[in-house]
Parts: sequence; C-alpha cells; structure tokens
Amino acid sequence: MSARSSMHPVFMNIAVSMLAAFITGLLISGVKPVLLWTDALIYLLVIAISAFIIYASKKEHFLVPWRQVVQHKLGMVSLVFLLVYVFIGLIDSVHFRMPVSSQNTTEQVTETIYDGDVLSILDVVLTKIRTQDEKTYSAPFATHLFSKETIEHDDGSLTREYPRLKYAGSHLQDPENDLAGDIRSKSISGGIDGIIFWLVLSLIVILFVAHDRKENFFLTLKSFFVGSASRGGVPWALILFTVGFLCVLVGAMTELAPAYHVFGTDKVGQDVFYQTLKSIRTGLVIGTLTTLIMLPFAVLLGIMAGFLQGWVDDVIQYLYTTLSSIPGVLLIAAAVLMMQVYVANNPDLFETDSERADIRLFFLCVILGVTSWTGLCRMLRGEAMKLREVDYVQASQALGVSTFTIIWRHIQPNVMHIVLIAVVLDFSGLVLAEAVLSYVGVGVDPSMHSWGNLINGARLEMAREPLVWWSLLAAFIFMFVLVLSANLFSDAVRDAFDPRIRKQ
Amino acid sequence: MLNYIIRRTLYAIPILIGVNLITFLLFFVVNTPDDMARMHLGMKRVTPEAVQQWKEERGYDKAMVFNSEAQGVERFTDTIFIKKSIELFTFDFGRSDAGRDISYDISQRMWPSLAIAIPIFVIGILTNLTFALIVAFFRATYIDVWGVIICVVLMSVSGLFYIIGGQYLIGKVLHLVPISGYDVGANAIKFTILPVLIGIIGGIGAGTRWYRTIFLEEISKDYVRTARAKGLSEATVLYKHVLRNGMIPILTGAVVVLPLLFMGSLITESFFGIPGLGSYTIDAINSQDFAIVRAMVFLGSALYIVGLILTDISYTIADPRIRLQ
Amino acid sequence: MSDVLLEVKNLKTWFDTQAGKTTVVDDISFSIRKGETFALLGESGCGKSMTALSLMQLLPSQASHNISGEVIIDGQDLLTLPEAAMRNVRGNRIAMIFQEPMTSLNPVLTAGYQIEEVLQRHKDLKGAAAKARVVELLEAVGIPDPKQRMNEYPHQLSGGMKQRIMIAIALAGEPDLLIADEPTTALDVTIQAQVLDLLKDLQKKTGMAVLMITHDLAVVSEMVDHVAVMYAGQIVEVADRDRFFSNPQHPYSQKLFEALPTMSKRDEALATIPGTVPSLDQTFTQCRFASRCQYAWDDCRDQVPSLKMHEQEHSVRCLLYEEGAPKRKLHSEIPVLQKRTLQNDSNEILLNVENLKIHFPIHKGLLKRVAGYVYAVDDVSISVNKGRTLALVGESGCGKTTLGKGILQLIKPTSGNVKFRETELTTLNRKALRARRKDFQIIFQDPFSSMNPRMMVGDIIEEGMIAQNIGDNAADREKIVSDLLAQVGLSPEHRNRYPHEFSGGQRQRICVARALAVNPQLIVCDEPTSALDVSVQAQILNLLKELQHEFGLTYLFITHNISVVAYLADEVAVMYLGRIVEKGLVEDVLENPQHPYTQALLSAVPVIDKATKQEVLKLEGDPPSPINPPQGCYFHPRCSQVMEKCKTQYPETTRISDTHTINCFLQTQT
Repeated sequence: MSARSSMHPVFMNIAVSMLAAFITGLLISGVKPVLLWTDALIYLLVIAISAFIIYASKKEHFLVPWRQVVQHKLGMVSLVFLLVYVFIGLIDSVHFRMPVSSQNTTEQVTETIYDGDVLSILDVVLTKIRTQDEKTYSAPFATHLFSKETIEHDDGSLTREYPRLKYAGSHLQDPENDLAGDIRSKSISGGIDGIIFWLVLSLIVILFVAHDRKENFFLTLKSFFVGSASRGGVPWALILFTVGFLCVLVGAMTELAPAYHVFGTDKVGQDVFYQTLKSIRTGLVIGTLTTLIMLPFAVLLGIMAGFLQGWVDDVIQYLYTTLSSIPGVLLIAAAVLMMQVYVANNPDLFETDSERADIRLFFLCVILGVTSWTGLCRMLRGEAMKLREVDYVQASQALGVSTFTIIWRHIQPNVMHIVLIAVVLDFSGLVLAEAVLSYVGVGVDPSMHSWGNLINGARLEMAREPLVWWSLLAAFIFMFVLVLSANLFSDAVRDAFDPRIRKQ
Repeated sequence: MLNYIIRRTLYAIPILIGVNLITFLLFFVVNTPDDMARMHLGMKRVTPEAVQQWKEERGYDKAMVFNSEAQGVERFTDTIFIKKSIELFTFDFGRSDAGRDISYDISQRMWPSLAIAIPIFVIGILTNLTFALIVAFFRATYIDVWGVIICVVLMSVSGLFYIIGGQYLIGKVLHLVPISGYDVGANAIKFTILPVLIGIIGGIGAGTRWYRTIFLEEISKDYVRTARAKGLSEATVLYKHVLRNGMIPILTGAVVVLPLLFMGSLITESFFGIPGLGSYTIDAINSQDFAIVRAMVFLGSALYIVGLILTDISYTIADPRIRLQ
Repeated sequence: MSDVLLEVKNLKTWFDTQAGKTTVVDDISFSIRKGETFALLGESGCGKSMTALSLMQLLPSQASHNISGEVIIDGQDLLTLPEAAMRNVRGNRIAMIFQEPMTSLNPVLTAGYQIEEVLQRHKDLKGAAAKARVVELLEAVGIPDPKQRMNEYPHQLSGGMKQRIMIAIALAGEPDLLIADEPTTALDVTIQAQVLDLLKDLQKKTGMAVLMITHDLAVVSEMVDHVAVMYAGQIVEVADRDRFFSNPQHPYSQKLFEALPTMSKRDEALATIPGTVPSLDQTFTQCRFASRCQYAWDDCRDQVPSLKMHEQEHSVRCLLYEEGAPKRKLHSEIPVLQKRTLQNDSNEILLNVENLKIHFPIHKGLLKRVAGYVYAVDDVSISVNKGRTLALVGESGCGKTTLGKGILQLIKPTSGNVKFRETELTTLNRKALRARRKDFQIIFQDPFSSMNPRMMVGDIIEEGMIAQNIGDNAADREKIVSDLLAQVGLSPEHRNRYPHEFSGGQRQRICVARALAVNPQLIVCDEPTSALDVSVQAQILNLLKELQHEFGLTYLFITHNISVVAYLADEVAVMYLGRIVEKGLVEDVLENPQHPYTQALLSAVPVIDKATKQEVLKLEGDPPSPINPPQGCYFHPRCSQVMEKCKTQYPETTRISDTHTINCFLQTQT
C-alpha cells in the first residue's frame, strides 16, 4: 500500500508544476492577477483536502474503507466524471485582468490600464467560443439564425429570411449540403485526436501501475481486463474505458465548438456551450464552499454539545433548533434580499461587476452554510453523546487524560466518517439547490453564469413556438451528469464508511 | 397528554423569540428602514420627506430598540423592535409594503396551496411506500440493484426539469390538461392534476430510496427472524412486522412537514400559476416586499414548531414504547 | 429406531465470500429422539447456532449460503422442501427460541398478538378461540394475569417475561421439536433458573424434544439427555449425559472442564487452551484441534480424524482412541500456583467506602425539575485490604457497576466517602484527582468497546503514561510498553497493530496492560471475563492472579458469576438493588450464606455435579425498579421468609462473625 500511495504525490507534483508554469507564463505576459473571495476559498479548500489526504493516508481506519471505495465500479466511473468537472472548475478559478493595448506604451508608463473584464484560464482557453457572439437565438449546429429578419440586399430589395450566422459555419460555402459532412469529418478527426491522447495516457497509467506493482507491462495490462473484476481490485479497465469515452468526446468538441455553436446561442447570441462550461465553477463552488464554511461550526459545536453536556449543550441546542425552525428557502431569501439592498446602497465597495457577483456567490455559500449546518451538528451531538459513555472514553478518564485530549484523540476520529459521509451526500443537494434558488431569484447574481440562470432564462421563452430547447438541454445534461456522478460516488463512500451498512 | 402539549407550546416561545430576533436583525439592522425606503421609492430623486412618509405609513419611523425620546417603559416598548415583534406574536402581520392586508391574503391563498400540497403529500408517501416495499421484498436481487440505480437517477434530475418536462409533454404535446392557471371549486381539479402528478414523480427517487433503507434496517433485526421462525410468509413478515416498525420513522418524518404544507411550494406554484402562498412569497421576494417575507418567515417557523409538537404526539401513537410525560 | 424424531445427516453449510468458501457447519450428523433433550455444546464461533439456523433454513438471506446433507423428520427431508412447504414446518413441527429476548420480539405488537399469529398460521384459530388459547399458553409459561399481560407490549415486560413469551410463541404451534438457542445466556442466574425449570416442566407435559444450544456445561448437565460437543464447525464428541460428564474423552472437552473456575482450584492455575480456533475458510488436512492439543502427534497433523463410536453411546473424533495410538496419560499437568505469601495478606486498608450513595436525578418538564431519583447505589460501605480481592456480586441492575465507577469518581457520588489510603477522593478537585488517578484503574467487560478502534495498541497503552508523566521520553515509554505487552502474554511487535486484529481474550490482555501502565494499586475489574469463552476466561483469570502475586495488586472484582468468585475472591459482598445485603470472607458467604437472597442466588446457579446440587430456592418475579424501591427491606416482596417488620424498616447491619455481616431481620432476632 505504501508503494501505491506514493503515486499520488507524483501526479500531484506534475499537476502543481504545470499550474505554476502556466501562472508564471500569464504573469510574464503582463496580466493583473485578481483574487476573488471564492477563489481564495477554493485554494483554501484544495489545501485543506490535500492536508486531509496526507493525514488520512497514514490512518489505517481511513485507508481500509478507502480501498473499498476504490474498488467500487460505479463509484470509480463517477469519480472520473467528477474529476473532469473539478478540473474545469479549477482552471476557471484562476482569475486576472488583461492589460488594455499594452504595446502602445513606448515610453515609461506609471500606470497600466486593465480591462474591466475579469477572465480566467478557462476563458482564455475558450477565447474563440467566448467571443463569437451571434445576434440572437440560434439552434445547435445551425448556420442560420433562429428567427427571420428583414434583410436589405445589395440591390436594395428587402426580403424576410433566416440570415447566416456571423461565425458558426461561416467557413461553409453551401451550408445546406456541406453541413452534415463537415460535422461528421470534424467529429471524426477530433475523435481520433482524442483516441491518440487516450492511448498515450493509458500507456502512462499502465506503466505507472506496472512500476508500482513491480511487474511486467503485459502482465499488468492483462490483469486490467482479466480477473480484476472478480478479484475485487481497482476496476482499471472500466476507469480507462470511461476516460477513453471522455477523451473522444472532448476531442470532438475541440474541433466542433470553435466552428459551430454546439448547444446553440441564447437571446443575446452568446454561445450556450460556453455558458454551461462556466456554470460548472458556480455549481462546484456552491457544493463545496458551503460545506467548507459550515463544517468547522457543525463539528465543533456538535462535539462540544454532545460531550460537554450541561449548559453548553442547552445553548447549542437552542441555537440550532431556532435556526432550523426557519424554513431554509425563506431564510435564504430574506438574507439575500437584504444583501442586495446592502450592495445597492454601497456600490463603491466593489471594483468590478465580477467582484460584485462573486461576493454575492460567497454570501450565498455562507447563508446556505448557516441553514445546513444544523443537521450535521445534531447528528454529531448524538454521536458524541454516545461516545462519551463508551468504555474507551471512560478508560481514558480513569487514566486522567484531559478533556481536550479525549475529544481530539477519541471523539474526533470516531465521528470523522459521519462528517465525510455528510459532506459527500450534501454536495449534490447543494448543486440542485442552486438552480432552484436562482430560479426563485435569490440565487447567484443574474450576471453570473450558472445552470439556474440558464434554465431561468430559457423558461421565459417556454411559450415560444417553436420551442427554444437547447439551453435547457445543455443545463440538463451538465447538471445531471454532475449530480448523478456525485450521488453514485457518495453511495460508494457511504457503503465503505458507514459501519451500519458495512456489517450487513 | 394535554399537559404535555401545553408545556411543549410554552417551550416554543423562546425559539420564536430567537426567530424574531434573527428576522429583526436581518430586516432592520443590516439595512435601516431608510435604506428600504430609498430602495422602494427608487434610488434617485428621493426627497427626505418622501422617505419619512414611507416610514410613517409602515410604522418604521420609531427608534430601533431604545427610544430616548419616550418616558419610562416606553423607552423600550415604543420602538420598532417591540412593536413589530408584538404584532408578529399576535399573528397580526399588518400591511405589506405595497399596502395589502397580509393576513387576509394568507387566509385567501392557503386553500390553493393546500389543494396542491395535500395530494402530493398523501399520494407521494403511499407511492414511495409501495415502491420501497417492492424493492425491499426483492432485496439482494437485480430488481433491488436496478431499483436503487433508477432511484439515484431520478434523484439526480433537478426538480425544475420535472416541471418543465411535464408541462411540455403533458400540456403542450399531449394537450391533456392546461399548463398553468387556477380556478375555484370543482374546476380547480383539472388545474391541480399536472402539478400534483409532477410533484409525486419528482419525489419518488429520494423517497423510495430512503424508505428502502429504513425497511432494510428493520429486516436485519432479530424480531424478523422470530417472525420467520413462526412460519410466516415473506409478504406477511414485511407487511405485518417490518412495515409497522418502519412506519415509525417514516410517519414522524412526514408529520414534521405537515403544517408546512400550508406554505405551499414556491417553485411548483409559480410555474403553474397557482395563486397560493408559495407564489405569494416568491412574488414578494421578486418585488422585494419585506413585510411579506418577514411575515412568511415567522409563520413558517411557527408552523415548523407545531410540526415538531405533532411529531412527538405521532410518536406516541405509532410507537407503544414512548409515552409523553 | 422408531423413536427417532429428527435425523441430521452430513449437514454442511457454507458461505461463498470474496475471500473464498467458508464452511461454518461441516459434515454434521446426529439424531434426536422423541421427547429427549439434546445439547449442542461449544464455544462462540463453533457453528452451533449456524447448525440450528440451517435446520430451520433461517440463515441470513443477504449472505449467499449453501446447505447440503439431509435433515429428516418423519421420513421427510426438510432440505428438499420448497420454501412454501418449509413454512408449514417452521413454528409448527419445529419451533425456535433465541438468545436475546430483548430484541427477538416485535416492539410494536402486543405479546398476545405475537402468539396469536402462530395460532392463525398453523392452527386455524381465530377470534375468541385464539384469544382463549393465548391465555392458556401464557398461563402455561407462568405469566401472572395473562388476560392483562396479553395486551401489553414487549417493553412493558421484564427480560425473563419476554423469554417466557418467546416460549409461549414456540409452544403455540405444539411443536415436536423446540430449538433453544442459548435461551438463558442473556438472563440473570435466578431468572435462568426459572426459565430452565419452565422448559423442563413443559417438556414433561408436552413430550416435545428440545435441541438446546449452549456454551454452559452446567446448564447442559442440568437439562439434557444427550450432548454433542462442537469445535470449528464439527462435532468432536457425542455421548449421553452421564457418560459425557463422568468421562469426557476428546481433549477439547476435557479442557473445557479443566478451564472451569471452582473453589477447589483456588490454589492452582486454570487449564487453558493455547492458540485460537482455526479459520474456517480453508480445507483441512489435519485434525482441527491438533495445533492446540497437548497430546497431538504426527498423525494428528496429517490425518483428518472421523467421528467413531468406541464405547457404547459415546463417539469421539480423535485419533487417540483409534487403534495404534500411542498410550498417553490423558490428564494435563496443571501448574500449582504459589501459596499466597503473607505480604499479600496485609492489614492495611487500601480502599474504604463509607455510606456511598449515587442517585441519578430524573428530570421532567420544561425547567427540568427533578421528579425523582434512580437509587442506583444506596448507602454502601465496603473496605478492601491491600493485596486482596473483594468480589462484588449481584444481578444486572443491582448497581454494582455504578458503585465501581463511583469509587473511581467516574460518576460523581451523591454523598458518602471514598477513602483511598489516606486521601478522600470525593472532595479532590479535578486537577488533584487527575494526578491521583494513576493509583486506581479499571478493566471493562466488553473487550471490543474498551479500546479506541482508531488507535494502535502501543498508543492505547501509552496514553495513560503520557497523561500521568510516566517514563522520561518516548523511547523510555516504548520500552515500558514492550515490557507490559510481554507481561500480559503478547509480543512487543503487537504495539503497531490495531485492536480489531486481536481476539477477545487478547484485547482483554491489552486492557490489563493499559491499566498496569500507570502502576496502579487498585484495579476495578468490571465483569472482565463475562464476554469471553470459558477457555479464554481461564487465561484472563490466571493472568489476573499472577499479577496480583507479583505486584500485590488489590482487586475490586465486579461479577455475576459465582464460580469466578469462588476461584478468585478473598471476600465477597452481595448487592441487591443498590445495597449490600451480605458481606464476608468467600468461605463465609458461599458456604454458609445467611441472607435469603444470597441463599436463593447461590441455589439458582446450575452445577455440573448433580450430587452437590441443592434444591433451587425459587425466587418469584423480578427485582423491583431502583426508581421505586419497596418500603422496608428491598428484598421483602420476593423473600420466602418475610416478616411484618421487613415491610416497614430496613434491617441494620448485623455481625455474624468477625468477618461476616448481613442486613436481615432473621439474624437480628436470634
């Protein structure tokens, strides 16, 4: 096992150094880094998770169930999908502002002027589809607008027709006949790129595993396909297959997305595919940062209430009963409304629109955290109450061990699995909640890309004939895959960590 | 029993005071009445007189918590905090920022909410119970495995899509029922069918899976083995023994939300244009009508506490081991 | 033989797990005659319960299990029956009762309904006829007020009552065979006597056969006609009762007898069985007991012995009884312990408890006003001399554990004094108490919950040393930990393992090591062996005795097991409902009990040797609740010699001899 865990640092080092190189590159090119509130918290979260992994990798009681998770087939497939989302979310969390026309400055300039738009690495990667705005609605893979417009021809005559799109499919001479063929050929060539990338990646993974197991390359390859399923090892074949599927998909998209609007465009002509990709970060931030914010309170107060009893317990119980008695949506609505008034009255506190939207996102996480910590707190209180009567805690008391040490060495490690399960289970619920809240009007800022806003925007066009369905489809697919993966993964985690399920 | 209920109701008072404190902080301290007035009257071109008048109309022109101008006890009582708190505790919600009588609105709008919420609640629980029992009966077979996977898939779809999809498919494509709207009396039925149906379907995934977990936990208990040792059939064991015990957490979990059914569902009602309390709230949020939101927060908390008391009572009915003292 | 009721042939039960095939019941054959009582005897994990569940086909459905062989009743092989037909057998021809009456009844259905269900299912009785029959059955199992009791829920009944209800459920189908799986293990000894008595009685009346599954040799001796001893999934010895108890043949059976603690073995170590039961996921090519058997020779390690009858009515699975086996003396050498030296019998009082009361308030209502008290420990005075063992005996709920924890200040006493040497513990502040804690330690009953599963054994033992500043540095402490592990019979390498890697007995050793790590003078042993098998119990008792000799430790030994008391204790205090009713040297109390409760308790203990068996002094009913103790003498509602005076006043302590005191009016009168 020690050999296997040594793999993680290698991967992590590569990832970290790549990121570092990229950021250095950006800095050299003269951009101004912007650290949004949520960015800072995401970095904190990444650090916290890394620290937890390092801590847990030394603890037998975390490794044993974790090995079970790693062997869970559906769980591992879900993890692959989740990692793709996380990757997109992370590169969308490095923000900066581009300098405006910096090449003009021939003499020494004391002040560089920066663009008002805050961009992220993802924005840079997606520059093409980000900037190729059409006039208004267009369907997926369309070459013409969705609605007829009056067009003035060169000869001065006016006709009503579907105008060609400015960017999508503009390379086609005869869209009606060439479109299908072009899409096919672009998909195939992109798919082949994906397969090549996948083959290289698989090779590296197999070499790593072979090195780790200290066995022959072919033996490892064979073990992936034969026996691993029945023997109960890591389902490598399935993982690689999933990665392959994603590689082909991503490959095809890299060819198609710059040339067409894969998921169409919205009312103002912005690419929907770009919007859904940007929504990933919003969803992940809500799903994770909420937990990060509420976790310390829930754990600390829950354990204190259960272990110390007496008036401490009374106060904490009163606190969470009161908070949980307010219907969650209403508390969030009230808080967000007040927040809006506050922001509206203090406009000078926020430099850019992005920052204003970001502070609202951050605040939403806080208020969601406030409404959702009570459940975990109540559970931990109950567990701590049980544990304080357990023999080994009594034995420690009999040995004269201090209360703090008992909480740290005996209570905390024995409730950690509950915390882990709760965190993983909460995630998907929070992602779904974002959509509903944004719909209600108390979610993220309307200017921020999120699935809720996407659905909300599309819903207003529900009455339209024919229906504008692509925004809904895009939001549906991306949300569904994320939430389903999270649910399946959390099932795997719960199966492994919940002692009640494990014994069955 | 009655004694217990009275005592529990008394215990609710400190909690409601806490709720009141939180709402006060949110609505009057984070932003002062002046901020709200300016917000409502439009940010620009607001004269101090207009603000003052707006505040006076709503009784927001007093001091927050300490009135230095008044005498004696009135220093504390003649303040926004005490006045508004007392109004809430007597369930006198006053007028909305737009000038409507909130209590009257609530009494009018709770019926459509109930017409949607009660069928969803009752039929939903029955449906979930049935599915959960079927899955539990076939536990550790492929029916169980796939049942759980389907539940997870259903759970992973946002509720918004159930509504949008349902409206599109049943209303727009099949033209079976109207997409949205409401009517009084018997005509209401045709408007409630779709939201109720969608509400039930939306809850099947999570509900079935939760109930299944409860049943499976019961099935692993010793008394089930005793029942089998009597020669009872698997169906009898499930129906007579497991269901009775599993109903305790299910019923009590359901009873908590029972009073909250009055409040309606924000999403369903606004999508289907049902004039219930849910859409009332959402309209208030969108028009930033703080008085209504504040009233709904307080009402919701009070109903939740009623739910907690009902839960304790339902325990005593469902579980012979528990007696209220 | 026409009188054979049930014949089991080559029964085999195995589970297919990821690790492979685990055969929990391996090729078992036995037969039960009509009306007889047949015992499957063995220690935990030997497959005796699995055998019973296989007969009933009630194995847990989640695990994929397989059963082969034949289970024949009336010429019909049950294993070939479809599930629907099998349901007609369960509860009808074969009924079963289980170990845990607390959890075996459905908590939300009335006792009467749960009996009626069987009548409906198998006897086609409904309505009033069924109700009448339920009353009859409840009367038959000795439940007072059956008409009222049938409408009560399980939680309103005591443990003994619940087991009676279970028996009534089993009787309802008028079965030919009753399978009783450890029916009295979870019950107190006086209740156990009632239930065993009831079973014998019913068997006489109905003529049903009983398959008794138990680990308790004494219960077997009192109850059964035939015994089969199980070890590692197989039967190793079958005999009728008399032959088995007069001449146990299998080395394992012999060890079971030798490991039993008794008064007569006080000066010797108990016999133990080295090693552990082999895991059942392997294919055996040798005798399963060979690795633990003192007689084993080469043949035992490369042959699988079969069950053969060497004498009439007595079969054994052992090569020793085959022809050509080396002649050996079939009795083990048991080391004699050193006679106790005088220094252990010092007169220094180490612990002196005076008028200790521990009352738990019962809170009620909004302001949590105190509505009453649980009188868990009520005015107890005891003292222990250095180097001696005081046993605290009583049935569950009598407050003995609370008293132990109260002495250690783990529970704050309500009033009274606890003096350790010259220090009054009840008035010490937190800090001073914490520093003082190294002098008195505790060992718990459950070896599974007494160690943090998330910590390594070394850290567990070291924890107290760090808290008490023992050992100068980490290296120093590590050395002490290694020494301690060696001392309790484990190896120093075990330091880096987690508790779950150890067996129950090994864990209890680690707990002893943890207590020893801070060099205590007094150890409170709270039922340290009651969760363990007899052979493992012997190891722990030996260890405790050795340590006492070596370090002059003082024990406060809390137990309900009279034979452990007889073996280990110097003095005994008998507790009933929070009070000590009799106290004295072990010889005084066990051989000459004076209090009616002590007398009843001792007479209820089942014994192996039928000759020494006294008439059981039956105790009626259950102990009252400590929330509402009766007026006067707490024991008077159940006492057979109750007088008027007993109902109004609590008797003072009366001295019978220098060492023997009791609280009973019977003695004050003479």
